[in-house]
Amino acid sequence: MITLSHYLILSAALFAISVAGIFLNRKNIIVLLMAIELMLLSVNLNFVAFSHFWRNLDGQVFVFFILTVAAAESAIGLAILVALFRNLKSINVDDIGTLKG
Amino acid sequence: MTFHALLFYTFAAVLLFSGLRVITAKNPVHAALFLVLAFVTAAGLWILLYAEFLALTLILVYVGAVMVLFLFVVMMLDINFDKLREGFWQHLPVAATVAVLMVAQMGLLLWAKMGFSGVVSPGGPPPGVSNTRELGRVLYTDYLLPFELAAVVLLIAMIAAIALTHRGKRAVKAQDVAAQVRVRSEDRLKIVKMDAEKPDAANEEAAPKA
Repeated sequence: MITLSHYLILSAALFAISVAGIFLNRKNIIVLLMAIELMLLSVNLNFVAFSHFWRNLDGQVFVFFILTVAAAESAIGLAILVALFRNLKSINVDDIGTLKG
Repeated sequence: MTFHALLFYTFAAVLLFSGLRVITAKNPVHAALFLVLAFVTAAGLWILLYAEFLALTLILVYVGAVMVLFLFVVMMLDINFDKLREGFWQHLPVAATVAVLMVAQMGLLLWAKMGFSGVVSPGGPPPGVSNTRELGRVLYTDYLLPFELAAVVLLIAMIAAIALTHRGKRAVKAQDVAAQVRVRSEDRLKIVKMDAEKPDAANEEAAPKA
């Protein structure tokens, strides 16, 4: 029988994979953005699972808004990436540290 | 094992596999395609959870729009991706440790609090109840203001993306009428103040050359 715990473990594993992806690909902004999308997907999976197991639609409404914000985020992120590549001819994270923050 | 459980385990395995391939693929195009697979698999899991509307939205919005945008950008940029993978194996032990610890902590907590037979599925909605209809009813009544704010967020994102990447009319040779109308005489004509020249000084300069 599939219980809520199965879904929560699955989404925790997916979240952990994307955290590891941010560690591993810390130079490649494109893969960093993809790892963030994976993180949002695992959070959405949590929301949908809770919404189903507690018979409450509010979780699905939240997923709707997260999808909206995630689409806006990736559109702006990729636009920044394109503008960055035009100026630097590179998307290496090491080349962006000109502010020395 | 019921068919439902079999489907869940299959989808979960495919989801985790494609997630792993997203973060380990050498070629970002492959990573993007595996991310597409992850989204489609997650949509399948959501259908198992009776969230049909969101599952189809995930496929339409993510696979249809966001991932196409990702693929477009990845293929448009001319990048040496081997250089960007420096330090991959160096960071692997830390990343693996953190990931395994996170899953172990979550698993222990769930095992202690709920167990794996605690919260069972309440089953599907009764016949005749549409997930899309119910979601729309909630969205347009209780969540009307957040819904409109989400529309504003999308509008701002659209304007921002265009403003960040728009390059203006650099390559176009059409005349800019506004700039022509705005021009003032000072921009075109420069009046230089200088002393009047004497005729004999001009002759002395001209004589040695001749």
